[in-house]
Amino acid sequence: MNLRVNREQQKRLLGIASLAAAAVIWQAVADLIVADPFILPSFTDTAAAFVNLLGSGRLLADLMISLEHFTIGIGAALLLGVPIGIAMGWFRIADAVIDPIIEVLRPIPPLAWIPFAIIWFGLTPQAAGFVIFIGAFFPILIGTYAGFRSVPKIFVEAGKVLGCDTPFELIRHVALPSAIPSIASGIRISMGVGWMCLVAAEMFGVSDIGLGYSLWQNYYHYAMANVLVYMLILGFLGLFIDRIFRNYVDRRLLRWHAGEVA
Amino acid sequence: MSGVKINNVGKSFSKEGGTVTPALEGVNLEIRDEEFICLVGPSGCGKTTLLRIIAGLETPTTGSVTIDGHVVTGPDPKRGMVFQEYSLFPWRTVIDNIAFGLEMKGVAKEERRQTADRYLEMVGLSRFRDAYPFELSGGMRQRVAIARALANDPDVLLMDEPFGALDAQTRNRMQKELLCLWKQTKKTIIFVTHSVDEAVYLADRIVVLSSRPGSVREVIKIPWARPRDRTSAGFADVRRGVLEMINEAENAQ
Repeated sequence: MNLRVNREQQKRLLGIASLAAAAVIWQAVADLIVADPFILPSFTDTAAAFVNLLGSGRLLADLMISLEHFTIGIGAALLLGVPIGIAMGWFRIADAVIDPIIEVLRPIPPLAWIPFAIIWFGLTPQAAGFVIFIGAFFPILIGTYAGFRSVPKIFVEAGKVLGCDTPFELIRHVALPSAIPSIASGIRISMGVGWMCLVAAEMFGVSDIGLGYSLWQNYYHYAMANVLVYMLILGFLGLFIDRIFRNYVDRRLLRWHAGEVA
Repeated sequence: MSGVKINNVGKSFSKEGGTVTPALEGVNLEIRDEEFICLVGPSGCGKTTLLRIIAGLETPTTGSVTIDGHVVTGPDPKRGMVFQEYSLFPWRTVIDNIAFGLEMKGVAKEERRQTADRYLEMVGLSRFRDAYPFELSGGMRQRVAIARALANDPDVLLMDEPFGALDAQTRNRMQKELLCLWKQTKKTIIFVTHSVDEAVYLADRIVVLSSRPGSVREVIKIPWARPRDRTSAGFADVRRGVLEMINEAENAQ
């Protein structure tokens, strides 16, 4: 046990050391080799820009708006993707009816929806949310569909002989819990895709505030250190959201699942 | 009162391309209340299919199954089933697996926990109340599956080679425990097995099916009291007789 803890600590220390080394190399390359803050702002330039943006309150405002866009998009994708995925995975007819439509819509890149997002919703959070929704919807749908399609027959039969006599009961008590691991990985992928769509939607003018929008504005003003700050914030935030989700799923929903797989 | 009547049951499966494979043909059998029946027969003779028809998981092509005069039309918690494979819900703890049927019936939480606890104790696994199925051994999982089926208080308990995947020692112990549970709960049990030894050890009557399409070839009454001595001469005689019947059926194919 002790050894294990030490190994965990060691891994964490190595991670921190690795990041610190990357920062030092970055600083050295920027100062000594590139020596042009327009082409490569140094670590300290970027840190100063970060403090500046944080102090002005701009960064926080951008962050809150972007999270709002993200929540709208992912929320809508969950609200529609899970039920449609359940219907398609469980009922043959629903699959036959809905699948052709899905297959036609799915290859359209989420960013291609931007013009209509603006025309339908104007420059509102809903417009950016819509583009994120398009990106996040399909992974959730497919994760749910796949999960429902691979419910072991034996669980369904056990459910039936134990008294599940409506499709609703079977879905609620047998198929859904069995499909949760697949749904969870669909959600995880959708959050990654949604995050990329968020930045693109904001950059392409579906909003006049937000992390993606500000990144692009700073580029117009040649404030490259600020651009880097926004890039790093996007990276860290995406990582953070993914970590929180994974922790929640592993601890709460899937304690049983860890023991079932190799 | 839970007599099971199997009237002229036949079942054929149609495959793609229109070929029809008969699995069962003209099966007639009457099972008395509280009787312990073992179904044996050459592999592929349809014993599992017959059990699934009684459970309501398959519909017979001809004939019908009636229980207390009611024709079986679909699965019902009145007929408990223990499957060959592990069928416990992996996302539920042991106690919640056992309480599943009661939950479906709408029994209040407190009451179903109490009932489930009682059956958990009956199979001797109270210590594993809050464990997940992956934390249990094969024998323990089947014990929980039996408790789960019994918690619904079914009239008939259907068992499809429930101990087939267990090692010989565990298997023998499970057989003893099952007889104990049978005595306590007084259920009618229909038990499919490919082990003749198991059938002779457990059954009031052994039903030997012929090879595909299966029908009842012979019904052998085992009048001995339990626990039975596997090493006795009588036991060996009956076992040899049943084995010969199964072999003949297999060769006649």
